[in-house]
Amino acid sequence: MATEKKVTAIKNTPKHLLGIQNLSVLAAKEILNEAKSFIKLNRGSSKKLDVLRGKTQINLFFEPSTRTQSSFDLAGKRLGADVMTMNMGNSALKKGETLIDTAMTLNAMHPDIIVIRHQDSGAPNLLSQKVNCTVINAGDGRREHPTQALLDALTIINRKGNIEGLKIAICGDILHSRVARSNIYLMNMLGAEVNVIAPKTLMPEGIDNLGVKSFTDMKKGLDGCDIVMMLRLQNERMQGSFLPSKREYYEFFGLTPEKLKFAKKDALLMHPGPMNRGVEIDTKLADDINVSLVKEQVELGVAVRMACLKLYCK
Amino acid sequence: MREKILTNVRIIDPSQKMDEIGNIVIDEKGKIKSIGKKLGTSKSAEKIDLKGLVAIPGLVDMKAFVGEPGFEYKENFRTLSQAALAGGVTSIVTMPNTKPVIDNVSMVDFIIRRGRDKAKVNLFPCASITRQMEGNQMTEFGLLKARGIIGFSDVNKTIQNSELMSRIMNYASDIDVLIMQHAEDYELAKNSCINQGEVATRLGLQGVSDIAEKIIIERDLSLLSEFPCRYHINQISSKNSLNVIKKNKSNGIKFSTGVSINNLSLNQNDIGEFRTFLKLSPPLRSEEDRLSLIEGIKNDLINVIVSDHIPEDEESKRLPFAQAATGSIGIETLLSLSLELYHNESLPLEKIIKCLTINPAKILKIDKGSLKEGSDADICIFDLEKPWVVKAEELKSKSKNTAIENRKLQGKVKMTLLQGEVVYSN
Repeated sequence: MATEKKVTAIKNTPKHLLGIQNLSVLAAKEILNEAKSFIKLNRGSSKKLDVLRGKTQINLFFEPSTRTQSSFDLAGKRLGADVMTMNMGNSALKKGETLIDTAMTLNAMHPDIIVIRHQDSGAPNLLSQKVNCTVINAGDGRREHPTQALLDALTIINRKGNIEGLKIAICGDILHSRVARSNIYLMNMLGAEVNVIAPKTLMPEGIDNLGVKSFTDMKKGLDGCDIVMMLRLQNERMQGSFLPSKREYYEFFGLTPEKLKFAKKDALLMHPGPMNRGVEIDTKLADDINVSLVKEQVELGVAVRMACLKLYCK
Repeated sequence: MREKILTNVRIIDPSQKMDEIGNIVIDEKGKIKSIGKKLGTSKSAEKIDLKGLVAIPGLVDMKAFVGEPGFEYKENFRTLSQAALAGGVTSIVTMPNTKPVIDNVSMVDFIIRRGRDKAKVNLFPCASITRQMEGNQMTEFGLLKARGIIGFSDVNKTIQNSELMSRIMNYASDIDVLIMQHAEDYELAKNSCINQGEVATRLGLQGVSDIAEKIIIERDLSLLSEFPCRYHINQISSKNSLNVIKKNKSNGIKFSTGVSINNLSLNQNDIGEFRTFLKLSPPLRSEEDRLSLIEGIKNDLINVIVSDHIPEDEESKRLPFAQAATGSIGIETLLSLSLELYHNESLPLEKIIKCLTINPAKILKIDKGSLKEGSDADICIFDLEKPWVVKAEELKSKSKNTAIENRKLQGKVKMTLLQGEVVYSN
């Protein structure tokens, strides 16, 4: 007997959000559209919805995080989910428990969604193979940080109306940055032109094949840019000597009002935080509400994460 | 044992430049009595008709890890020899990175006795070059050699100290021992788990440039010109290294080079989304590198193909890529995967078999890898055309970490003889 064919609607979003690399343009746009509706909600006085009522969300953070963790925490709560945050801080690993053991333990409690941050690239992929629920990547090693890229895109759209046709510069420690990688994929996908600017020792090999132009000179790299994304110099990932000194780095790659002039007149500044003031960015510039989108990025981060949770939690 | 005749078989034996359909007569002692078209035998002999099959000398695998002692849960002598025989390998060079490390005479005695009792295959144990494989002090080459050690290797570790390396070579040259180096500069390779390049950038993993390999080969070969000893580069992985090897060979420096079948058959793109079974050392590199390694075999710059058989239990591999153990099993699939290079017209059959039999035997100075009259009848008989699919659970190794799960191969071992006795058949 022939089995009945099950016809399902085509869904843009796959089961897990592991990275922008696995995301289609349609899915990205769907998330961004969904997020737009949450911006207003978050600014209003009553912020609670019940879309995820009865759902359980576990935030599994193996690496310390302030904004991403609190952002996911709030996003889940505002959608009505039961949110549990676990700061693993290597404690389980010290006891010899592997990522998979932890995952299996949690899986037995029937969560609907696990948000994971891990210091190893690919950890969310591994997790997604072993649990039944949806896995959302909140940053893995130096590979991807998809929700950061999505919130950056939303912030740009909110200000500039569109991403298509914009010129975006990403500057700083590209080598160790998952934010850079996710942004490169997403901004390219949405039709922007992307420049990356970094000293040679912080520029990963083969980056040009990811669809960007690479520069070692701020003046050339910022030329004609609408958006300047600064990255944090990741001291904790610096093994060995990548740079002569922070002072020298600031001199050539730190963003100052003078260097910002190389970009377009109305160029806007972004930073995923936390900032090293005086290392990659001039402190006054960072707080200049006329150019800096830093606060808006944090604000819209909640909206984007709400959209992701809603669309992925099935 | 009765005398045996293997008839109607295509015999390929590079040690005698033989590729013909003929017979192999094996005497009562398990030695080759005669080989080729001539047929001189007694009537009582057992006849085995091998029409349509190929007979080659039993394979000599220069690099395999046996879990004993210390890692019996990954592999032991019994499972290793079962896997080897199913793959037509009759001689195995075992690595000393056991627990404890094989770096002293008492360990050698243990390993030889244990291997004799548990394994049904010729074992040639290696000892470490330095004590505890720590790269500080050389082991007792002379005493170890006297106890039956055929070569010295720190396995996946490299002698970093140039002064020590020069002394090792100098000392080894006098007592004729084989030094096998794994070429990797530690500082350049620090924390790396994959080839440096676009794939590493996409996966967000720490890559290692092929310069890490090249720099050690360059150093060792310039030391070798001062202190000529029997020196073998375990496994090379890149075009850059080959260029160095080519230059030094043309300058008359004498040494030998090996390559893992993995580096000949796979490249970094096969890692896909973090397939830890493909985390190898040296790492899989670019397609260009892979093709150059095949050229290297053609031009005799590379002499040996090894399985680099590293059994790892599931727990060591079911981890994020950077934390996962390095290595893949491969002794059982060594021949079949090598034959892929014949079927896809990368290499002539004779060349492949040479790199799996007589070449390693010559480098090791062991009396194996040949079907000459009088030698031990260690024979691998295979069906050159038979298609099959690699299924991890069907492999005989205790660990199932194969890098080529589900790969469709052509050519499979039918029967393996060890000193004239059929020890495997399917």
